[in-house]
Amino acid sequence: MTAAASAERSQSIASRLALAMVLILVAVVIASIVAATRFGQAASNETFDRLLRGAALQIVERISAIEGQAQVDLPVSAFELLSLARSDRIFYRVIGPDGRTMTGYDDLPLPRAAGTEAIYDARYKGADIRAVKLTRRLAERAVSGEVEVVVAQTTRERVALGRSIATRAVIIVAAAGVLLLLLALAVLRVALRPLARVEHAMLRREANDLSPIDVPAPAEVAVLVDAINRFMGRLEQRIEAMQNFVADAAHQIRTPITALRAQAQLALDEKDPVRLERLHRRINARSIGLGRLADQLLSHALVAHRADAAPREAVDLRRVAIEAEREVRAVGGMSIAVELPEGEVWVNCDPVSLREAVKNLLNNAVRYGTPPVRLCVEHHADGRAAITVHDCGDGIPDNLAARIGERFATGGIGPESAGLGLSIVASVARMHGAGLMRGRNDGGFFIGLEMPEEQP
Amino acid sequence: MRRLLAIALHLLASPAPAAETLLPARNDEAPTQLVIESTTDFAIFEPMIRAFQAPRPGIAVLYRELTTNELNDHVSTVCEEGRFVADLVVSSSVDQQLKLVNDGCALPLGAEVRASLPDWAKWREELIGMTFEPAVVVYNRAYFAERPLPQSRFELIDLLREGEEFVGRVGTYDIESSGVGYFFAFQDALQASTWGRLAESLGRNQARLYCCTAEILDRVADGRLLLGYNVLGSYALARIDDDDRFGIILPDDYTLVLSRAAFVPRGAMQPELAEDFLAFALSFPGRAISSSQMRLLSPMNGAEQLEALLAPGEASRETFRPIAMTPALLVGWIGPSARYSCGNGGPRCRPPPTCKRRPSGTN
Repeated sequence: MTAAASAERSQSIASRLALAMVLILVAVVIASIVAATRFGQAASNETFDRLLRGAALQIVERISAIEGQAQVDLPVSAFELLSLARSDRIFYRVIGPDGRTMTGYDDLPLPRAAGTEAIYDARYKGADIRAVKLTRRLAERAVSGEVEVVVAQTTRERVALGRSIATRAVIIVAAAGVLLLLLALAVLRVALRPLARVEHAMLRREANDLSPIDVPAPAEVAVLVDAINRFMGRLEQRIEAMQNFVADAAHQIRTPITALRAQAQLALDEKDPVRLERLHRRINARSIGLGRLADQLLSHALVAHRADAAPREAVDLRRVAIEAEREVRAVGGMSIAVELPEGEVWVNCDPVSLREAVKNLLNNAVRYGTPPVRLCVEHHADGRAAITVHDCGDGIPDNLAARIGERFATGGIGPESAGLGLSIVASVARMHGAGLMRGRNDGGFFIGLEMPEEQP
Repeated sequence: MRRLLAIALHLLASPAPAAETLLPARNDEAPTQLVIESTTDFAIFEPMIRAFQAPRPGIAVLYRELTTNELNDHVSTVCEEGRFVADLVVSSSVDQQLKLVNDGCALPLGAEVRASLPDWAKWREELIGMTFEPAVVVYNRAYFAERPLPQSRFELIDLLREGEEFVGRVGTYDIESSGVGYFFAFQDALQASTWGRLAESLGRNQARLYCCTAEILDRVADGRLLLGYNVLGSYALARIDDDDRFGIILPDDYTLVLSRAAFVPRGAMQPELAEDFLAFALSFPGRAISSSQMRLLSPMNGAEQLEALLAPGEASRETFRPIAMTPALLVGWIGPSARYSCGNGGPRCRPPPTCKRRPSGTN
């Protein structure tokens, strides 16, 4: 991991978080602006409505019945109260019991709904107005009926006050938003610091140091560190396996090559045609064995590599059997009976490794077993399928069988050793989670793999 | 100037139908015409208009003079119909002007015109005060040569109660025919409780009632009247320089101050020019003209100017009570129904708050 790449990655987390926070804050600020505007207007309306009502009440108080007629004595104080809204125009209307306008603007609009009291918006003389209507019941000897008082005011001051309240609220909210954002960014930097610590810890290590990282980290980052440690553990295992394989393979191949070279040296000095021929045969046998050993080593390397890397796919086990038989026949030229069920036998596997394993079993049976050799594919109980190799010999000695699965399990390494083959089979069984079956029946021996069936 | 003023005052004494005066532009290639409608005599406004025209050769000014009621009816009718009436309307009847602005008949003015005015001399962006005119008491100097002058309304009331000397020899405005008289009387009624007693004293002395300022001044000067109450100070101040037969008292309990109200009507054809004229009138040279030649003074420095014009001790700015341009003035305006207006008696000088008969007359 390069420093630049790590910086880029950590920055992208920071910028994602920052973006999310900005979006949330913007949403909150917009919501606050809407709320503040409404609140400001409501507060301003309430304030100015009180002025209007106060003025109307003062006028209502001054309604009286004199000489059989309703009279209103407009109080200056009512108008002075309304004048507190310095730049608003004022309209009023007093309607007598006879329905005629006693004084004021006789076309001032009344509320749509009937009722003794109302506060309402309207338009009058080209301006938006807010009006309040109050009613006074006169019950005198000569006059009875209702006198209605309407007092209205243009809405300029109340709108201005509402805006000013809203503007202040918005400024505060926006300032708080910016402050929150800055704080959040600072917190973000602090919170992401453990990531930088992990990065430094990794950069500081030696190239071949695959030991677990031990950096104090919060829970979220600890998960990441843990994942890295597990990954490095696997990497270490792979590297170790590779080193072991190379060491083993070198050891395995060095002995037959030394023998081969010694026999070839002898053959150079040998003049006796009979002995020379015998030496030739030995050299031939040795080189065949060496070739097989090389095959098996490569096969093992292949299986070991695929164990981690190869993708699993649904494969018909019969197809694996047919291909393995064909390849073994092509090399050995010996006939193998193949017994297959009617329908497909689906298993989830890596077909290449599985074929290698079956080929090794067949090769062993052909080489060490007693013909006839059979290859069977069968359904087992519990939804499992088996692929088995049968022959009529004694099978693998128990002491050897116990060591199946260890690498290169043959006691002494012979050019025709079966140990490496079984080791491959064991590896394949492990990587597929399959069971390694082995046993006797009908005076013969069988060995094979059993694995769960899986519909594609 | 003095001669013109005399003519103007003569004109005031006999109210004439709308008089129009045209001051043509100096270069008469398609002049721009500014139309001013006013209740103030042309003669008083002429110096201001000529000074305004001086640096503007392409401007003609048409000055139309009307009574307060004519002007009000004219402007409000035209306002409802949305027609052109004038580019500038100036009236001493502040309450009527305020009502017109309240009804939405005015155009807003620029901030710089209003900026220097005190709060009481403006309302919204539309109505502004152009003058500073106190309501004063005038007295006959010869009669009061040996007697102490009444310096306040209390002393005036005491004086009027003393004997029979003032019967028929005190004058004030007829509030039914004088807009300013009505306005001052209404404000007096709001200001203090002295008004009731004063009105009663005036009534008992059979105060003479006049439509116009000049009539009162003439009679106080020649001794037919001994005292004139609530006379518009600007007229008295303009005349007192030439006429030492009468004197001026600014009552020291309180002195009402009126500011002639001006606005640009909605239908104005030259609103910018009208605003320029207002700006000029309130500018330093404009104020100099209204303070010296016109004696109308200015809301911006009227108090200082007034103190300077009178002898020390005669005027104190603490007693000035400028009548603020607020919608409270709407109370003085009568509603549409005549049924509720004044009809059945009561002291004539007192405007009963329920009886709002709008007087007429120029001032």
